[in-house]
Amino acid sequence: MHRINCPWCGLRDEAEFQYQGDATVVRPEPDASEEEFFRYAYIRDNPKGWHTEWWHHTGGCRQWVKVVRNTLTHEIHATGGPHDDLPLPEGDK
Amino acid sequence: MKYSALSVLKQGLTGHKGWKRMWRDPAPKAEYDVIIIGGGGHGLATAYYLAKEHGITNVAVIEKGWIGGGNVGRNTTIIRSNYMHAPNTHFYEKSMKLWEGLEQDFNFNAMISQRGIVNLFHSDAQRDGYVRRGNAMRLAGVDADIVSPEELKEMVPILDFDNSRFPIQGGLMQRRGGTVRHDAVAWGYARGADSRGVDIIQNCEVKDIIIEGGAVVGVETTKGKIMAKKVGMAVAGNTSQVAKMAGIELPIESHVLQAFVSEGIKPLIDTVVTFGAGHFYISQSDKGGLVFGGDLDGYNSYAQRGNLPMMEHVMAGGMAIMPAIGRVRLLRHWGGIMDMSFDGSPFICKTGVDKLYLNGGWCYGGFKATPASGWCFAHTIAKDAPHKLNEAFTIERFREGRMIDEKGVGPSPWIQ
Repeated sequence: MHRINCPWCGLRDEAEFQYQGDATVVRPEPDASEEEFFRYAYIRDNPKGWHTEWWHHTGGCRQWVKVVRNTLTHEIHATGGPHDDLPLPEGDK
Repeated sequence: MKYSALSVLKQGLTGHKGWKRMWRDPAPKAEYDVIIIGGGGHGLATAYYLAKEHGITNVAVIEKGWIGGGNVGRNTTIIRSNYMHAPNTHFYEKSMKLWEGLEQDFNFNAMISQRGIVNLFHSDAQRDGYVRRGNAMRLAGVDADIVSPEELKEMVPILDFDNSRFPIQGGLMQRRGGTVRHDAVAWGYARGADSRGVDIIQNCEVKDIIIEGGAVVGVETTKGKIMAKKVGMAVAGNTSQVAKMAGIELPIESHVLQAFVSEGIKPLIDTVVTFGAGHFYISQSDKGGLVFGGDLDGYNSYAQRGNLPMMEHVMAGGMAIMPAIGRVRLLRHWGGIMDMSFDGSPFICKTGVDKLYLNGGWCYGGFKATPASGWCFAHTIAKDAPHKLNEAFTIERFREGRMIDEKGVGPSPWIQ
C-alpha cells in the first residue's frame, strides 16, 4: 500500500489519489519540432527503479503532487509540489 | 514421445515410470540462427512456429527465470477475438483459429474450453456500442451474437439482473471464446519446440544486446556471449528495459495488473462474464475456483504484486454484478507486469536495428494472442518482413498517426 505525503494535507492513503504519469516529461514550446512533440506524447523512459511522477490528490485538496517512487519496491523517497525539484536518492540511478 | 490415450494406459500399467522429460536442459551453443529473448508463452510459441512453419530449428529461447513463470502463468486464462478495429479483429481471429486446433497440433492437453464469453451491457448507449462491435466482428467472419436478458438468465442465473444502478439489458456473446489451461500452453509449446531441436535455456539473463554496423550479432548473457544471426525480443513487462539495451525507445509503460482465485466451489458459472459498468470479469476453473480480475493498479510498476485499493475495487465490481460471491473466500491473488502501449495495441515488428525484432506492448491482453503472436513473430523473423496480419503492429504507427486505440482513451497507458 502506498501512503503519499501530500505537501498540503499530510500523509494520505493511495486511494485518495489519481496517478497522472511521468513527471519528467515537459511539454515543448508551441513552435517546437514534430519530433519533440512526438517524444512528449509517446516516448517514456519507463525506468525500473526510481521514477518521478504525478499523483493528483483528487480525493483531497485536488493539487498535483510530485512523487519520487521506486517502481520495483513501491517505496516512496520524496514528495513535493509541482515546482519542487526532487532529486533521486544518491547512489541510485 | 507422442502423447495419446494408449500412452496413458501403457504408463498406467507400468507405474508411470516411463514418462520422459518434456524438454532438455542444454548449455547454450556458441551461435544460433535465431535467439528469442524471453521464455514466456509468446517466446516459446515463436520458437515453435519458427521450427514448424519455417524449418528454422537452430534456435535458442533464453529465459532469465523459468519458462512460464511470467505472464503466461499469471493471467485469467481467457481467449476471445471480440475486437472492433480491423487489424485487431483479424489478428485475434487468427489466434482463435490456432487455439481451436492447438492441442492436436502440438500434441498436448491445454484444456481448451470454448465455453463462450459474454460482455454485459447496462444502458442503451452501451448496447449500441456492442451491437456495432458485434457487426464489425461478423463482417470479419468472427462469431458474435447479441443475447437478451432472458437468454442470459438461462445461461448465468446468478447475475443480479435487476440491479438498480446497472440493470442488465443484454450482452455481446462470442460463443467460440472461452478459457485455456494457461501453464499448459507454455509447456506444450516448449515441448513442441524442443522436440524440433530448439534449445530452451533457463536461468540465463540477457545483460546486453551486441550490435555491429547497425545489425544485431548476438547477446551478452549471464552464461556468456551467444552469437546469433537474428534476435527477437518477447519479454512483456520488461520490454522497455531490454529494448534500451539496443538503444530503442518505446511508447510503453510497465504497469501491474492483479488477478484472483477463490476457494473451490460447486459449479456456479460455466461461461466467461464481463461486467459492462465496471472493470470485472469472471470464469470458473475446472477445480471450482472462481477466477477473476479487473483493472490495472494504475501506476508504473515492475513489482509482481499489487496493492489493496485495487483489490477492493475489483471485489466491489464483483459484488455489483454477482452478489452471491460475497460469501466466497479468496484463495490466491497475484500480480503481473503489463507492457502497456500508448494505444492499447501490440507491436510485432522490425526495429531500427537490423535483424532485431520486437514483440511487445501486449497490455493486459497478451494471453489470448499467444498462438497468433508466435505465428506472426516467427513469420516476421524468418522472412525479415511482417505478415499481413501483423503489418499494422509497428512502432512507427505513433509517428504516422495510425494508432489502433480500441478503447479510445489516447496516450495514457494507465487507463488503456
